[in-house]
Amino acid sequence: MPFGLIKFGLSKKYSEPRMFRKVEQPRDAYDVVIIGGGGHGLAAAYYLANECGITNVAVIEKGYLGGGGTGRNTAIVRSNYLTEDGARFYQKSVELFQDLSRTLDFNMFYSQRGHFTMAHSPASLRTQRWRAEVNKHLGIDSEVVGRDFIKKMVPEIDLDCGGHQPPIHGALFHPPGAIARHDAVAWAYARGADRKGVDIFQQTAVTDIEIEGGVNMSGNVGGRVVGVHTDKGFIKAGKVLSAVAGWTPQIQRMVGLRTPLTIHPLQAMVTEPLKPWLNTIVVSASLHTYVSQSSRGELVTGGSLDPYELTSTRSTLEFAEGLSGHLMDLFPFLGDIKVMRQWAGLCDMTPDFSPIMGVTPIKGFYIDAGWGTWGFKATPVSGYAMAHTIANDADHELIKAFNLSRFGKFRLVGEKGAASVGH
Amino acid sequence: MKLLKCPVNGVRAIQEFSFGGAVREMPEGSGCSDEQWADYVFNRAGEPGVQREWWYHMASGTWFIAERETVSDQVIRTYLWNGDDAS
Ligand SMILES: Cc1cc2nc3c(=O)[nH]c(=O)nc-3n(C[C@H](O)[C@H](O)[C@H](O)COP(=O)(O)OP(=O)(O)OC[C@H]3O[C@@H](n4cnc5c(N)ncnc54)[C@H](O)[C@@H]3O)c2cc1C
Repeated sequence: MPFGLIKFGLSKKYSEPRMFRKVEQPRDAYDVVIIGGGGHGLAAAYYLANECGITNVAVIEKGYLGGGGTGRNTAIVRSNYLTEDGARFYQKSVELFQDLSRTLDFNMFYSQRGHFTMAHSPASLRTQRWRAEVNKHLGIDSEVVGRDFIKKMVPEIDLDCGGHQPPIHGALFHPPGAIARHDAVAWAYARGADRKGVDIFQQTAVTDIEIEGGVNMSGNVGGRVVGVHTDKGFIKAGKVLSAVAGWTPQIQRMVGLRTPLTIHPLQAMVTEPLKPWLNTIVVSASLHTYVSQSSRGELVTGGSLDPYELTSTRSTLEFAEGLSGHLMDLFPFLGDIKVMRQWAGLCDMTPDFSPIMGVTPIKGFYIDAGWGTWGFKATPVSGYAMAHTIANDADHELIKAFNLSRFGKFRLVGEKGAASVGH
Repeated sequence: MKLLKCPVNGVRAIQEFSFGGAVREMPEGSGCSDEQWADYVFNRAGEPGVQREWWYHMASGTWFIAERETVSDQVIRTYLWNGDDAS
């Protein structure tokens, strides 16, 4: 192995097969331009090419594929949401995820673990009961469980939190809850799109969007998209999808749209690898803590959003300290374990903790945003739904409730109870 | 940002404060349309740059305004709603 590595390092040729072509210069025109090479943009490209027969597509990524939230998240996949619209949507994503390694012929390390949301108060247990009932009504495997069951499944947990925190009363248990390898999701969708002829450009930024007609006489945003300016020149396109999550405010300014998005960092960290001991995913909303064990043995752990707006991926000692303290309330024996890495990603937060998806008042401009802290699990379904939305120029059935226009109608899709700490 | 200057109580640790969101102009309730009201209630600027925003010093119950750069996280200045810097 070391010898092979030295040989590889010295050789001029890259001996591994490339995942996708490297296209130098974009064509003058594409049918669809997708801004953002995160999981969502790449999945949309994949389903456009593989299900909608639209292959003349370019994905424009200003950094590297999956370098945004896609490569920074803690990879929890679940569908135990609070509203019918939300639960149905995420359930479709879980179903797509369960088959994704096969569909894309790429190992996603998809690992079904079972997902606990611990309740440290009767009020919290009531919310979990509400979620369980909505879930069951929609055929989603989800149940409220008591302390004995939790102890049986997670014997290492201290249900009384050493007396430092309110004790755990019970939990919402969601057996299909899973984790996956996030990078693989981006790469596999990219490869699948590339094989159908989609051009992927990394290190290429969209700098402006060209609109014809623009703002009309009464000051309303409208018109139609004619193309995008990039640092590799102008690309003509009648359809443009913005799938840039934490960068959406900069893109929406280019077309004059207003949205409720604000940007906050979300931080996470991993410990040194341990022998496997934690089979499930454990979330405690009251303690602002969640943890799972990766297939490498590291504990992947995080909490809730940074408390104020910031467009920066800096991480803080306060976060690491606070999170470690709460992790030890649940698992006191972790006191000696070292933290290896800490990082942050940008989250585009909506007031109702649901995404913003679909057509916009600008013809040919589609938006996929508002992914906050919950968007990784939605990668397959959002790519799928956005591809169909773009192909038909009308919102797909699954995402009708998430259109940007819901705010003007005061028709929010409240998911805060299911999405603020458990991501 | 680890420290923030409350215009009344001086420089304190950030943990003593709570963030209140961007300072925004409320439209006149009786004269504005539903769209204008919804725009005020929900929509935000969101873009990185210098933002005027509300902060609350929890220990003393003081609301004040900070001008802060939302990429570098540097606070340019803080003052009370009427522009006073009492400290
Ligand atoms: C610490 C952390 C933990 C999380 N945990 C979970 C979790 O457990 N489960 C879950 O479901 N979700 C989780 N999330 C949320 C999830 O990571 C995101 O919602 C999701 O990755 C968004 O994917 P995306 O493809 O929409 O955006 P991104 O992956 O952010 O991709 C957007 C891309 O657009 C590019 N871009 C931006 N501007 C331009 C431009 N002008 N031109 C060209 N390209 C541009 C960026 O470089 C970026 O690569 C977590 C997030 C964080 C930060």
